[in-house]
Amino acid sequence: MEIKDRATKDIETIQQEIIDEFEVLAGDRESTIFYIMELGQKLPELNEDHKIEQNIIKGCQSKVWLTADPDKEYLHFSADSNTEITKGLISLLIRVLSGQKMDDILNADLHFIEDIGMGRIIGSQRSNGLVAMIKQMKLYALAFKSKQK
Amino acid sequence: MQQFAENIETEKKFDIAKIRHDFPVLHQEINGRPLIYFDNAATTQKPVQVINAIDEYYKGYNANIHRGVHALADKATNAFEASRTAAQSFIKAPEAEEMIFTYGTTDSINLVAQSYGRAFIDQGDEIIISALEHHSNIVPWQMICQEKGAKLKVIPVLKDGSLDMVAFKNLLSDKTKLVSIVHISNALGTINPVEEITKLAHDYGAVVMIDGAQASSHIEIDVQKINCDFYALSAHKVFGPTGMGILYGKRNILEKMPPYRVGGEMINEVTFEKTTYNDIPYKFEAGTPNIADVIGFKFALDYVNEIGKGNIQKHENELLNAATALMETIPEVRLVGTADNKASVVSFVVDGMHHFDVGMMLDAKGVAVRTGHHCTQPLMNEFGIEGTVRASFSIYNTVAEIEFMVEALKEIIAKWK
Ligand SMILES: Cc1ncc(COP(=O)(O)O)c(C=O)c1O
Repeated sequence: MEIKDRATKDIETIQQEIIDEFEVLAGDRESTIFYIMELGQKLPELNEDHKIEQNIIKGCQSKVWLTADPDKEYLHFSADSNTEITKGLISLLIRVLSGQKMDDILNADLHFIEDIGMGRIIGSQRSNGLVAMIKQMKLYALAFKSKQK
Repeated sequence: MQQFAENIETEKKFDIAKIRHDFPVLHQEINGRPLIYFDNAATTQKPVQVINAIDEYYKGYNANIHRGVHALADKATNAFEASRTAAQSFIKAPEAEEMIFTYGTTDSINLVAQSYGRAFIDQGDEIIISALEHHSNIVPWQMICQEKGAKLKVIPVLKDGSLDMVAFKNLLSDKTKLVSIVHISNALGTINPVEEITKLAHDYGAVVMIDGAQASSHIEIDVQKINCDFYALSAHKVFGPTGMGILYGKRNILEKMPPYRVGGEMINEVTFEKTTYNDIPYKFEAGTPNIADVIGFKFALDYVNEIGKGNIQKHENELLNAATALMETIPEVRLVGTADNKASVVSFVVDGMHHFDVGMMLDAKGVAVRTGHHCTQPLMNEFGIEGTVRASFSIYNTVAEIEFMVEALKEIIAKWK
């Protein structure tokens, strides 16, 4: 398994960076969607071995695979999807949460989603999908944390 | 004579500006761009005539129907029953009593499956549907087959999305008890030869049900010419209200069918020992129906009649031809469903792009399309795809809107390649 970098910035700082980046798009829905899709294209592809039923997140309209690797009290995420827009959304979550401490992941308040106005941009169905992804990431953090004890 | 001449006059004129004016919802912006509504196969928009009729009912004569002696109840009952007559003439059924009000196509099919199916389908019998069917015309039959130990057979589709009629003939046998086929495919637009299908099925003594959910707004429907035993449609797909529809059934068959839902309205006499049922159609209309929407439905049918199905078909053919020709100029686009006889629907996939992504970007440009499997997962499997982008057109759409969509698609593809 490749060694993954731990996060160098805390969750709050990264959220603020994302909010600032999206501010440039000035709430224009088309440019924002394109931007999210471009982020999706940059997300490293998940190895085909990981694209299995067990890693699929339920509650997403598109297919989303998510894996988590613990590294002491830190947790790394990798994910993929069959649609660019969803890949873009996960890439944001990975940027914020991957390589963070499990405790911080569990306690994270991901307010950037609302601050960006994501619901309006991606629609309520995909917003629900996004919630399902966050829930799954937190569940991983909880599961690995309890294993450590 | 004068009147007759005037009628011909109105039938001839197709005034797109007036039609668009009648649909308030069309006049809004999505993301700062005028809405282009191409999701008509999912549901059509409603003209003011329908909206006002429902409004007027609630404001002016809301009452429970049939048993009231007072003036409001009488007015409501008359309006309700006028809708039945309007529906009867809309599909050219012989009698108004053969028209049952339901919650929609799905409910109509369930009624037949649960009532007719329970009573007349036995172990070893076969029910034939097609690979084009909406889940609504698959699952109710699967359920009754499971319950009865009957078999579900499926007519395959050819590459162009039309039914394999040779295969159909081979599926038919003395075991075939029921054939249920979609009139127009919601996913691909294919118009099926329902008259021929009915004739072939009848030769084996099978009863025939037609799912007319998509046909109602596009083409002339004549159940006597088709000679089908059942015909189902949803009001919301033909400019009427949601959650309301029709089941047509031939009188002799409806009469021998047991009730499906029971309670008030559908009875003749009730004692604790025994209940005798009302006559058709009331036998199948238990409980207080969706009165307001049934009343609104008549105004939708009147609206269609005033424009004329001939005019509608002519206009929609123009839209379909324009869309097909323009889409074919984009090399990355592949149309799914290219049958000769087709309604105004283009279903397509874009090379290297997921349909969700395409749909999302079209929406960002103000074009409302549907993406996914369109409740026809088995059909998508036949074509080896997960889903398509579907643009479905209606009376208020224009060639200019189609041109806009095609340009938007080109832009999206160019940006994304
Ligand atoms: C061909 C077909 N059959 C059945 C249905 C179900 O109609 P409803 O949801 O109004 O019951 C639809 C609606 O999408 C349809 O297109």
